[in-house]
Amino acid sequence: MNDSKKNSWQERHSSTLRTIALYSRTFSRNGSAMLGLLLVLLFMLTAAIGPWIVPFPEDAQGVIHMERKLMPPDHVHWFGTDEVGDDIFTRVIVGTRVSLQIALIITGIAVLIGVPLGISAGFIGGWVQELIMRITDIFLSIPGLILAIAIVGALGPGIVNAMLALSLVWWPGYVRLVQSKTLTIKNELFIDAATSIGASKFRIIFVHILPNCTSPIIIKVSMDMGMAILGSASLGFLGLGAQPPEPEWGAMISISRNYLPTWWWYTLFPGLAIYLTVLGFNLLGDGLRDTLDPKYRE
Amino acid sequence: MIKFLIKRSLLTLLMLFGLLTITFFISRISPGDPAALAAGPDASAKMIEIIRKEYGLDRPIIEQYLIYVKKVLQGDWGKSLHSTHEVLIDLVVYFPATFELVLVSMSLAIVLGVPMGITAAIFQNRFIDHFIRIISVSGVAIPMFCLGLLLQYFVALQLNLFPLGGQLKMMTDPPEPVTHLILLDSLIEGNLEVFIEALHHISLPALSLSFPALASIIRVNRSEMLETLKQDYIVTARAYSISLFRTVAIYALRNAMLPTLAIIGLRFGWMLGGTVLIESVFDWPGIGLYAVDSVINSDFEPIIGTTIVLGFMFMITNLIIDLVYSYLDPRVRDQI
Repeated sequence: MNDSKKNSWQERHSSTLRTIALYSRTFSRNGSAMLGLLLVLLFMLTAAIGPWIVPFPEDAQGVIHMERKLMPPDHVHWFGTDEVGDDIFTRVIVGTRVSLQIALIITGIAVLIGVPLGISAGFIGGWVQELIMRITDIFLSIPGLILAIAIVGALGPGIVNAMLALSLVWWPGYVRLVQSKTLTIKNELFIDAATSIGASKFRIIFVHILPNCTSPIIIKVSMDMGMAILGSASLGFLGLGAQPPEPEWGAMISISRNYLPTWWWYTLFPGLAIYLTVLGFNLLGDGLRDTLDPKYRE
Repeated sequence: MIKFLIKRSLLTLLMLFGLLTITFFISRISPGDPAALAAGPDASAKMIEIIRKEYGLDRPIIEQYLIYVKKVLQGDWGKSLHSTHEVLIDLVVYFPATFELVLVSMSLAIVLGVPMGITAAIFQNRFIDHFIRIISVSGVAIPMFCLGLLLQYFVALQLNLFPLGGQLKMMTDPPEPVTHLILLDSLIEGNLEVFIEALHHISLPALSLSFPALASIIRVNRSEMLETLKQDYIVTARAYSISLFRTVAIYALRNAMLPTLAIIGLRFGWMLGGTVLIESVFDWPGIGLYAVDSVINSDFEPIIGTTIVLGFMFMITNLIIDLVYSYLDPRVRDQI
């Protein structure tokens, strides 16, 4: 007891600290990963403080200003205005919050459903595994967006239903990932060791298997955040997701396409916002994989 | 091989039942009483009861499911409210356009993607590699419908190089339907003019739709090629003064085949989803546009029909890819 107190915090955690140092060194040397991190941080920051920094907060919910409709970008309206005179800059900025919410909910639900199912399948094996994996395969065999459209068709268009639909099609990927990871870890020597000194199944799952699954899950979550934003924007574009005047990027584009090409800024800026956000999460995911997965580390 | 074929086909059949189960549950989650919905807004309670009996909605859920499966297998897929046709008939009419678009897009992604990936690897970290990387990184991130809109308005409308949408010009008579694929039919008819016109119309939608798959194919081929170029046998071949082109053509292409095939299987599903977006941008008369129109009109049975058709198409594609894969790499056969 006294011995451990003498050691400083740094000494006791030296192994963890070394790993973190290695990870941050690998990550920071990777240019595109840093660009991804920058874009994602910018996105998060915008989502956090967006509503307080925008020049026309009331425009986010679609107030009508007919006197200044469809104005090109200038120093007052940086991204121009839309068909009812709302400031597009305001709507794109507030839209980050909508997109972040959607992405967090979709990937969150997918992880909450997928990870427990994946661990159960891999750990228990037998008919449980067979059942879970077959159901997963069936879900994976239907194109995700199509299934989401069908679910939205049943529930009716709207942002909540779109999120629900996308969550329901997103989890199978996590089951696959976690199940295969669990299968490999289950046969490792340290699991045998833990079992032989009497560790409970509960302890083996939570202390030994789950922590070893975290890095692939983190990588997949990062990639999926972008893809979920793309998916919900796609539903919004088709008129099945968020409904105007909700400042959702896809829904904005679904209206703005009627104003192309003369009023190009109306489509360009929401489109650019989607592109940069998805790009950010993809590059971050790639960078995390290169850092966390020893296979990709140079 | 035969054993693998049978096993894999049985698995696909099992998946098909899974697909029907999912669509059955989706059709039961819609809020509200399905019998009341089918009867219409001013139906009396008695009418609703009659409809409930007629549709079998008063029976246990398992029985309802069996009735549903039987109906689907018999080709009774319900009626579309907004087109007033049988859903199956509508789908047969709209399917070839989607099939053609997806086929052309996938071919485009392969034909452009494989050489681009290989070129990027050969010129690693040079200008051309960076240029190709922009395409492969953007391909996944750019929203497909935005790319479609951009191409539509700037390449088609402003530069006037391509038509805005549709499969053919309004006034053009489509060729005699043999395969129902316009490109193929016009060739069969020997009508080169219609063929070129159809090709002209399909270019932009196919290019937009192919982008994410193109990006993945470039990435896979680039990393595979980088790996291959490091191998001793490549160095040996080069030392024997076999030209770079020949070495790449012989060894790299063969090595690129398997991962490209795997990516095609993976991306095909995305493409089937993406076709819904691209069809509504370019007014392409396929089942994607049909499905979106149905959702907007709260017309439920066509949506389920579309889901079954596209899901089935995805399963069949994966079946074919698995078979080709197992032919090329016999180790796969043992994994099932």
